Amino acid sequence: MTVAALAPYEFASRDRLENFHGKQLVYVWWEKHRMFSRPFVVALTPATPFRRLFEDYISTYAWHPDWPHIVWDQVIWQNGDEVFTPDFDASLAQNGIGHKDLIRFSTPGLDGIAGTGY
Amino acid sequence: MDMKVDKKLGLKERYALMTRDLAWETTYQPMDKVFPQVTYEGIKIHDWNAWEDPFRLTMDAYWKYQAEKERKLYAILDAFNQNNGHLSVTDARYINVLKLFLGSTPPLELMAARGFTNVGRHMVGAGPRVACLMQAVDEYRHFQTQVHSISNYNKYYNGMNEFAHQQSRMWYLSDGKSFFDDAITAGPFEFMVAIGFAFEYVLTNILFVPFISGAAYNGDMAAMTVGFSAQSDEARHMTLGLECIKFMLEQDPDNLPIVQRWIDKWTWRGTRKLASVGMMMDYMLPKRIMSFKEAWEMYFEQNGAALFNDLARYGVKVPKCFVQTVAEKEHVTHQSWIGFYMKPDSTPFHTWIPEKDELDWLSEKYPNTFDKYYRPVLEHFDAQEKSGNRFNNKTAPMNCQVCISTIKFNDPDDPMKTLIRSKTYKGEKFHFCSLHCEEIFDAEPEKYIQAYISSHQVLQGNCAPEGVDTTAPDFEPGAHIAAYWRLDKAATGDFNGSEDQANFAAWRRQATSN
Ligand SMILES: [Fe+2]
Ligand SMILES: [Fe+2]
Ligand SMILES: [Zn+2]
Repeated sequence: MTVAALAPYEFASRDRLENFHGKQLVYVWWEKHRMFSRPFVVALTPATPFRRLFEDYISTYAWHPDWPHIVWDQVIWQNGDEVFTPDFDASLAQNGIGHKDLIRFSTPGLDGIAGTGY
Repeated sequence: MDMKVDKKLGLKERYALMTRDLAWETTYQPMDKVFPQVTYEGIKIHDWNAWEDPFRLTMDAYWKYQAEKERKLYAILDAFNQNNGHLSVTDARYINVLKLFLGSTPPLELMAARGFTNVGRHMVGAGPRVACLMQAVDEYRHFQTQVHSISNYNKYYNGMNEFAHQQSRMWYLSDGKSFFDDAITAGPFEFMVAIGFAFEYVLTNILFVPFISGAAYNGDMAAMTVGFSAQSDEARHMTLGLECIKFMLEQDPDNLPIVQRWIDKWTWRGTRKLASVGMMMDYMLPKRIMSFKEAWEMYFEQNGAALFNDLARYGVKVPKCFVQTVAEKEHVTHQSWIGFYMKPDSTPFHTWIPEKDELDWLSEKYPNTFDKYYRPVLEHFDAQEKSGNRFNNKTAPMNCQVCISTIKFNDPDDPMKTLIRSKTYKGEKFHFCSLHCEEIFDAEPEKYIQAYISSHQVLQGNCAPEGVDTTAPDFEPGAHIAAYWRLDKAATGDFNGSEDQANFAAWRRQATSN
């Protein structure tokens, strides 16, 4: 359905890729660790190695007391609803991570403060 | 020209002369060219004269009545200000309610004034035109009186002086701005359902209880008086919204599905907007009135159900989101407070962890959820703060493309899980906080792809103060955000240790001792 309007109504998306000057958006969320309230967003070039996303940004989750207990080879990574195994040395593009993709990770056995999901 | 109205005229005749009689059929241009907006939404009106005027109020009576209210209001405001009224509030934490309110509400009253001015121009019948004109003036008055009542606090406390600048820029004000931008860019009938019906009729009490009763409970005579002075206006606004719904439904059976879609949409958008209002009730008022959950049950579930029973004869159903809002009433305020608490550098008001007796109050009011999900994390934050490790999440948020709330609400089936819905439209991904927001997007995607999402604007380099070169190679998009927001450093951070806290205590001591 299109917008009911008096005149043709067509506009470009405000957050289309070209508006980020060579970068793309990536969202990240740690499942069942809701003390961080909501996923976060960063803008990176598609050539950025996944390791940089991890070391510079995902590591901000280290404030959570569950962080040191994560067994990293058991972590389940998802791009949206699709499970994938990130190659840390490959770029975002090579890992199939596009503009505005949501990277989520689950840490089995770790369910937040006192098992609350927080 | 001198207008003479015979004083012996009855109320009804006088009303007819002063409203209906002022309208005429245009002859230089056809009516549909003069009133182009009333047809394109698909609403069919056959007889504008069938509009019932619920308040047979003429403009001259309106001016007289409102002027009298103004005189009383400003007398009380003056007395409050001259007697150091700002020191009679329960606790300096209360002032943060005013800061949040000032940023989020008066600018929206102003948008309501603009919206009703526009609708008043475009409605064909004189009845709705006059009613919309009065409401536009009311809303303008609400904007002014709210700002006036809070301006006295601005002389003493931090974080209030840039509310107008911050309105269209700051992350947490974008949801309310988007709500009104969406309504005001719709046609006149959708605007009436959005603001006149869903907001003024279905949800208005939830907005007024924390503000007016909250002010009264917490010793803020100024804000309380402003609220009471608006209440008789609100009665008129509610009636106008309801009358408009009934008018559309009585005019043509084809109007029902359109009206129902708007009711579903705007009740949901309003509900999302109220999450932060509920948070004021549960977390920010030092002396609580009732919990958000209790308010929701009384004003939405009970009163709302009665209203929709009444509308059932037109074929209207309860809003689609009804069931989800009932499940969420146990959660949303806690999720909102955590969302603000973790951003101490990014709001012009303070946050804090409630005292122990306040946590106990929350446990009692939310027996199904507070101890199970929220209390442990609040106690964890508290312990961390006391050991010098106050939580500060420096990342930028992900927002819902439609309601612009940060994506922080739980999956209705699992409170431990955050609900994030996503879809691709014309090759680009979009994300939503709920199925309801996704459905609103699906109905008019071209509208919502233009949404203003603050964190994305920062990352595009659009949020630097004047004089900063955003094309320089070393430009860091987030580095200037506080300056861009004109965020006063003293207004940010935890309430504990704030300048407001220290000043309030010192001034109150001065005022109450020798
Ligand atoms: Fe108002
Ligand atoms: Fe109103
Ligand atoms: Zn939403």
